[in-house]
Amino acid sequence: MSRRNPKYPGSFWEHFTQWRRGEYDPSQGKMEIKAPGKKPERGSWLPSALSQEMRDDYELGMKRRIGAFQRVYRVMALLLALTLTVLLLVTVSFLPAFGDVNAPENNEVARRYIEKGLEETGAVNIVAGMILDYRAFDTFGESCVLFIASCCVLILLKVDRDEDPHSQALEDMNDRHYEPNRDTVLQMAARLLVPVIIIFGIYVVLNGHLSPGGGFSGGAIIGSGLILYLTAFGFERTGRFMTEKLIKSLTLCALGFYCIAKSYSFYTGANHLDSFITPGVPGEILSAGLIVYLNICVGIVVACTMYSFYTLFRKGGY
Amino acid sequence: MGSSIFTNYEEIAAVLLFVIGLMNLLMQPNLVKKIIGLDIMDCAIYLFLAAKGYIQGRMAPIYVDGILSADHYINPVPAGLVLTGIVVSVSVSALMMALTICLYREYHTLNLDEIMMLLHKQEREEELRLLSEGAGEGDT
Amino acid sequence: MPALRIILLFFLIVCAVAVSFSRRLLVSVSIYMAFSLVMAIVWLILESPDLAITEAAVGAGVTGILFFVMLKKIRSIHTNIMAENGADPQEQNAAVDRDMED
Repeated sequence: MSRRNPKYPGSFWEHFTQWRRGEYDPSQGKMEIKAPGKKPERGSWLPSALSQEMRDDYELGMKRRIGAFQRVYRVMALLLALTLTVLLLVTVSFLPAFGDVNAPENNEVARRYIEKGLEETGAVNIVAGMILDYRAFDTFGESCVLFIASCCVLILLKVDRDEDPHSQALEDMNDRHYEPNRDTVLQMAARLLVPVIIIFGIYVVLNGHLSPGGGFSGGAIIGSGLILYLTAFGFERTGRFMTEKLIKSLTLCALGFYCIAKSYSFYTGANHLDSFITPGVPGEILSAGLIVYLNICVGIVVACTMYSFYTLFRKGGY
Repeated sequence: MGSSIFTNYEEIAAVLLFVIGLMNLLMQPNLVKKIIGLDIMDCAIYLFLAAKGYIQGRMAPIYVDGILSADHYINPVPAGLVLTGIVVSVSVSALMMALTICLYREYHTLNLDEIMMLLHKQEREEELRLLSEGAGEGDT
Repeated sequence: MPALRIILLFFLIVCAVAVSFSRRLLVSVSIYMAFSLVMAIVWLILESPDLAITEAAVGAGVTGILFFVMLKKIRSIHTNIMAENGADPQEQNAAVDRDMED
């Protein structure tokens, strides 16, 4: 039997192992957790001990007060809109003219991006080179925003199948009622369109550094193709390959690869070290250093997020 | 008034769209229309930014025929800003839709005024219940 | 091309106003999708094809789909409540239509 470290009880590691085993909850006693109370019936908010007259008086007073408030509110909102319109239009009238070369926003920053962009990033599409090379961490944060948004929707809409089987069954029935599951026209159209849509999305993602498009638009196109497939063939068909585990691991792998690759690139760039990432020959598909791979990562994150939004909204699960 | 008011159609449209979206947000009691109003406001901001980056007679920021001179392409900075903004606005509206579904499940209405009234009544009922409980204890 | 620009921008403003004055929510969402599609054309005219393709895929496609799914979900919740309260089907549909209106 090994000797125990005297500092071990009550230490961070003990708590960590206990938390992993599920015996310890770090939020216990520190966070206020309120159990959801019983939902009152609609229309019975006031206690029955009050007489009917008191109730009517109360309702009437509320209505009068809310009506007065509504009138003042509407007038103030209209005034605000008028003031804002006039102010902003006056501001617009003093801005430089539309399409002016000498406007102050066309300064040396844009000139630098355009003149040195091809040499430094190797991307033919200047916007892709800008958002995935010079400002890559901005795009990384934005991919994380998407991931966090899908997590929030998961928290809000996830239903526990075991908790309330009756209402869940009823909801499933309604789901099928308003969406014909065996629609021949829809299925034929989906058979023709889904491969085309998904291949077009992959093309847009892979050509992000050569032509308009990139991870965001291509990912959204792939996601809408998957949504069309799901609408036509139902959850049984998509559930075979788009499982919760696959979506989560794909998203996390993409975000992790993005973070590590871009950290390496920034580290070597900032310290003037030799990097094996080269811009390559502009115009080829495997050029532009990391931009192709980062585009693929962003595309995966966006496609998974759009698909999981749809499934969570419709079913409350994957 | 400056003279640009007769040439800046995009900016004027952006201002009007922004105000229309704001009025949707302020005056509509319906939650779904409020979300659409917020999306319209987003679009107005993006339109303003993209219009500021446009330069008359120049091409889109994609290198063509090996021309590297900055005098042939429009400003790429607003395009990069707006590109990131569009996708964030989608995730924000998806989050708001999820909150709307939760509210509907709880209060069975999409009208924000009705939800506020129900909340107010709920609070008042709670107060009255506490008061009556306090009075009952005082009697015994 | 100022005429085309003015027509497209005018269409945008008309769409934005129509969203707030349409009675049914489904119509509002459809008008918003048309708004996004016209926005994509405006961005093509402003020489930003990246934005145009993203807006067409995201604004007109995915956002519209999410709005439709949300309306469907709300309808199904409503039907559940009605069924629990024991209303007959025709009354249910009328109540849902009333609820979907403004």
